[in-house]
Amino acid sequence: MERTLFTKEMKDAGYTILIPDMCHIHFKIIKEIMHNYGYNAEILYNTGQGVVDEGLKHVHNDTCYPALLVIGQMIDALKSGKYDIHKVALLLPQTGGGCRASNYISLLRKALTAMDWGFIPIISLNFSGLEKSPGFKLTVPFIRQLLAAVVYGDLLMLLDNQVKPYEINRGDSAACVEMWVERLGRTFRENKGLSARERRAALKAIVDSFARIPMKKEKKIKVGIVGEIYVKYAPLGNNNLEDFLYEQGCEVMLGGLIDFALYCTDTPIDTINIYGGNALLKDGYRLAESYLSSLKDEMIEAVKQNSDFTPPSSFKHLKSKADGVIGTGCKMGEGWLLTAEIMELVELGYSNVICAQPFGCLPNHIVGKGMIHKIKGIAPSANIVPIDYDPGATRVNQENRIKLMLAVAQEELDGDGGDKIYDESKSGIGSEKLVMSNE
Amino acid sequence: MLKIGVDVGSTTLKCVVLDESDRIVYKEYNRHYSMIVEKTAELLERVRDMFPGDREMGLAVSGSAGMGMAERVGLSFVQEVYATRIAVKRAVPEADAVIELGGEDAKILFLKGGLEVRMNGSCAGGTGAFIDQMATLLALSPSDMNEYAKKYEKIYTIASRCGVFAKSDVQPLLNQGAKKEDISASIFAAVVNQTIAGLAQGREIGGTVVYLGGPLTFMDQLRAAFDRQLGLEGICPENSLYFVAMGAALSPTVKAVDLAATVENVKKHSSTGEYRSCPPLFRDEAEYEVFRARHGAAAIPMTDNPDPKEAYLGVDAGSTTLKAVVLDENGDIIHADYMPNSGNPIPLLRDFLMKFHEKYPRVKIRASASTGYGEEITKNAFGFDMGLVETMAHFTAAKKFDPDVDFIIDIGGQDIKCFKIRGGAIDNIFLNEACSSGCGSFLQTFAGALGYSISEFAQKGIMADKPVDLGSRCTVFMNSSVKQAQKDGAGIENISAGLSISVVKNAIYKVIRAVNADSLGKNIVVQGGTFLNDAVLRAFEMELGREVVRPNIAGLMGAYGAALYAKANAPETSTTITPEGLWDFKHEISSVTCNGCTNHCRLTVNSFGGGRRFIAGNRCEKPLKTKNSGEKLDLFEYNRSLLAAYGPKDGSRGTIGIPMGLNMWELYPFWHTFFTNLGFKVVPSPSSDRSLYLSGQHTIPSDTVCFPAKLVHGHIDALLNMGVDAIFYPCMSYNFDEGLSSNHYNCPVVAYYPEVIRANVTNMGKTRFIYDYVGLHRPRDFVKSVHKILLREFGDFSLKEVRRAADAAYAEYRAHMGRIAAKGQEFLKLARERKMPVIVLCGRPYHLDPEVSHGIDKLICDLGAAVITEDSVSPLVEPFETHVLNQWTYHARLYAAAKWAAEQGNDVNVVQLVSFGCGVDAITGDEVRRITEEKGKIYTQIKIDEITNLGTVKIRLRSLFAALR
Repeated sequence: MERTLFTKEMKDAGYTILIPDMCHIHFKIIKEIMHNYGYNAEILYNTGQGVVDEGLKHVHNDTCYPALLVIGQMIDALKSGKYDIHKVALLLPQTGGGCRASNYISLLRKALTAMDWGFIPIISLNFSGLEKSPGFKLTVPFIRQLLAAVVYGDLLMLLDNQVKPYEINRGDSAACVEMWVERLGRTFRENKGLSARERRAALKAIVDSFARIPMKKEKKIKVGIVGEIYVKYAPLGNNNLEDFLYEQGCEVMLGGLIDFALYCTDTPIDTINIYGGNALLKDGYRLAESYLSSLKDEMIEAVKQNSDFTPPSSFKHLKSKADGVIGTGCKMGEGWLLTAEIMELVELGYSNVICAQPFGCLPNHIVGKGMIHKIKGIAPSANIVPIDYDPGATRVNQENRIKLMLAVAQEELDGDGGDKIYDESKSGIGSEKLVMSNE
Repeated sequence: MLKIGVDVGSTTLKCVVLDESDRIVYKEYNRHYSMIVEKTAELLERVRDMFPGDREMGLAVSGSAGMGMAERVGLSFVQEVYATRIAVKRAVPEADAVIELGGEDAKILFLKGGLEVRMNGSCAGGTGAFIDQMATLLALSPSDMNEYAKKYEKIYTIASRCGVFAKSDVQPLLNQGAKKEDISASIFAAVVNQTIAGLAQGREIGGTVVYLGGPLTFMDQLRAAFDRQLGLEGICPENSLYFVAMGAALSPTVKAVDLAATVENVKKHSSTGEYRSCPPLFRDEAEYEVFRARHGAAAIPMTDNPDPKEAYLGVDAGSTTLKAVVLDENGDIIHADYMPNSGNPIPLLRDFLMKFHEKYPRVKIRASASTGYGEEITKNAFGFDMGLVETMAHFTAAKKFDPDVDFIIDIGGQDIKCFKIRGGAIDNIFLNEACSSGCGSFLQTFAGALGYSISEFAQKGIMADKPVDLGSRCTVFMNSSVKQAQKDGAGIENISAGLSISVVKNAIYKVIRAVNADSLGKNIVVQGGTFLNDAVLRAFEMELGREVVRPNIAGLMGAYGAALYAKANAPETSTTITPEGLWDFKHEISSVTCNGCTNHCRLTVNSFGGGRRFIAGNRCEKPLKTKNSGEKLDLFEYNRSLLAAYGPKDGSRGTIGIPMGLNMWELYPFWHTFFTNLGFKVVPSPSSDRSLYLSGQHTIPSDTVCFPAKLVHGHIDALLNMGVDAIFYPCMSYNFDEGLSSNHYNCPVVAYYPEVIRANVTNMGKTRFIYDYVGLHRPRDFVKSVHKILLREFGDFSLKEVRRAADAAYAEYRAHMGRIAAKGQEFLKLARERKMPVIVLCGRPYHLDPEVSHGIDKLICDLGAAVITEDSVSPLVEPFETHVLNQWTYHARLYAAAKWAAEQGNDVNVVQLVSFGCGVDAITGDEVRRITEEKGKIYTQIKIDEITNLGTVKIRLRSLFAALR
């Protein structure tokens, strides 16, 4: 199959680069950065049965649901007539791990070929040199802006999740997110905000503005979400899971995108530690990891110093949560990160966890469903429910399962349950943190 | 205040009214026929009339189908498992665990020692619905099935994952003449296995177990089956049907309502009509008339030839129906019938033949042929002259209607068969995989559940205004989609039309996976009983945007084709049973266990009088003693014999057990040599069989992982029982680099399954479980890291001796792989000398396990071909560009083997084995197909799972060989 490359000329000609949405907040900021570097990026938000149908038609139905959705979304968009298909490119991330997700690009190319659209270039966003596009260069400043956007996105997502369920004036939190997405985008366009000092100031300002939102004092069920990265974040993938939980009166916590990036820089180090390999390469990854880690730490500090919000734990601590549960050599898909995130969530007081996975997701047989038994042995308060997502799974089934988990959580919250077996002392969670006060 | 608890299940509506002291003062149990809101309103009205004095009553709704209604009407809702728990706590406080089976749900609640609630996953079919479906298949009512099960003598293995799987096990049993008593009990055993495997997930079920829900209340044999498997005596308490309703009434969320006002409120909410819909099938009656007229034209004459000279008989013994056709010398149909086979085609076929001879007493049958699932048994019973594979029969028939036919699709009772025709030969066959059925019998079961016959039901959809969009997935998913649509107020017409559309979508997108109509073909003939329903036919044409041909005998095409085949190949004298023979005809069934080998197959022996016999249930040809069991060219068998030769040698350092699962099927020579050299006694786990699998199934955490992975649990259990000192089963992200791919990963399951074992097998006892991360791809680093592991586990080992052992192990591994490659070449040469076709049976090392591949290698050999493996030819191939990311070692071999086979002559062909649930094979399957078809060859894929039946596999392989000829 001929690979149509994305060339410099295409970039200059202003080709529209279509990117399927995943993390709502992050991707909006990233779009601005892409524009800043001369890429005419557009995030795809098209949803509905059309997307699923295109996916079913063009992707082997036993392939993971995320592949089906993102490819369906792209084809649906291309067919919509909104874009000049001779002046459009498609972008997908590619990790090159041992999970079949590394094959999304091949599957997309196959789908395009079947549509006689082989001339549409596909850009692989990867850091491992898998596929190169001459017109798409990841320069150091570009990468730095992208990473900063990831951290800002993580912070906005974290704060929004902790404020929205408690806000007195409905919509305050969302407005605050909007405001910051716009403001950060402007900063990036002006090429500002990259020095550590500016970054810290921005992080503090973000935390401050959320801390000013008036909130009710209320006890709510705290739910953590882990899972396959796409289904975990993308509303299209998880049937608007976050909105559903919000409507059910829950507070939600999700691990940040930066953790996945950190995990991706960390696993090559472990790989070399376990199997041997180039020590220089290891140092390179260490350097990258310590940079990413410092970004995350800045964010954690900003939360800790300026508010009572619950910050995530440092990457080092997060990784240590895998100890005794799963080996950190387990590195395909979300690998040990997913297991560690469950442990971290329980520790942070989000002991009700939804493990969102595409139906038949290979790594999650291991790191998700495969570890629940062990996790419950270590942290008996963990109330975990694995939820499968695929084109045939109906909302009613998924929501029914989640409601069961919430019923158990509610009982826990009410302190009812004479014969209940949760051992609070073991999990180390105090309930005093349940009430948010930020007046 | 009185409290009302309402439980809206997938098929039934349950209600209790409790008084102040929580005593039941009223209860009722009804089917709701998907009219949830209406029935609930009626129910509440009855309660209101029953207690006219109580205006204000407590009310809470529960049940999977009740959620939507409760939300819309604003009633208080309780999740049903939670409700169950509340009720059990009150009624059976000593309970340790609850097993509750509902219409479509299965649940286990662990109440003591860590509350846990488990519900069946979205793939694990419903149980009540499953039993109903099976009962329909047996032509029994569920309660009859219970009666039959009381008199069982033996239990057959029936795959229990979902209804579709089980069906493909039950149907052949029926066709082979197994007793309904035994099948009924086997179905219950399958339900038990499913519940335990799918839900217990590593937790032992013990203590006081409570059985709840419809199936367990109504069927004591189902309870008995649970008792047997769990080794205890569970209790089925009074009011076991009403626990969810009781729990709802007892729950703290119960809300006081004005009942009269609530009734009015519920009524207002009946049918919102908001659900995802497809365009209607027909705009108006006129359009339907035009459609009918067009299809009326495709007709074969059905004459009443008063004086036929000759007669040719064709029989298609399908999975749920029996079709038979007699042609005269002109090829016109003079006698035909289409009948439900009610599980046993033999007496029906006898009646058919008797009637024929009555009608035409002077005509002799010149030739006869049978096809379909029951080809063998009917052929043996009535002395038919020949049998042919179904695909050939259908093709022969379709040609009569459209000589240029290039695509045939047949949707039968339980299977979908499609094939492309190229150059006058069958080129590409699609059969529905076990997970994607949703065929005729699905429509039938659904129609039955809603109280209609299938044709009535399908006809209802013709004029539906807003057919429900149910997607294109398997039966079980459709069940819950229907549930959702019912919840959203879809009426019977729109559900019927929606089901017809989904059957079609399933065929097009799941089975054929067509991108557009042109990729199917220009001249399409549709057939099979399902297409006799105009709704299905119309949906098909709409989906394709193309007109197709539906013969008037769409349901008889297999039999018609067989008759044409018999006519064309008529022998000198026919062996077909004579009218006299029909009078003396007998059919006796007995079962015996074959002791020909360690499989100990349970055989069903059918005797028909006159020395005619038919034996079924065998996995090999041995008990039939028909063919000489001469030397077979089976590289699977050779490979297994190589592995068996690595016997345990006594060692002073203790015993190491190796679980024979997944990658160990290839690495055993390596680890055996390595540890033997270090002074250990190395023992493999025993051969896989059903009981080994069952012994480990309670520790399987994910019921959708592939079967080879699930089997590992049994091997670990076996090793633990053997009392080995240590089990060695390392995690391995990487495999050997064979230079064929850009990376050399293992798939995530192979790579990390030891982690799953460690996390879920809790009773390791004194046995050490060594599951470190190890990489064989870097020999020098391997020595260092494995040395550390050995020091930690066993103390003093010098680096030198470890290195020596590793060197020997690497050498042995290479020698082993070399032996396979050399033998492959030898077999190839022999096969060519003997002019035998060669099949490259492509899969993974663990497909060698006969419990995984179900003897498919032997089946291919029995069909007269030689079998070689992908790893025997992949070393012959230079690295090449693939269209997919090629970074897994095992998978790179598949691509290489496909390329090699594609470049060989017509005698070499690829058959790919794919384990159900293998995510990576969704990618490899398409790529192997592409590589194969690029060179104009036929690609054949066989999906395997727990299933033990080889019927479908045989069709596929026979069609392949027929096409090659």
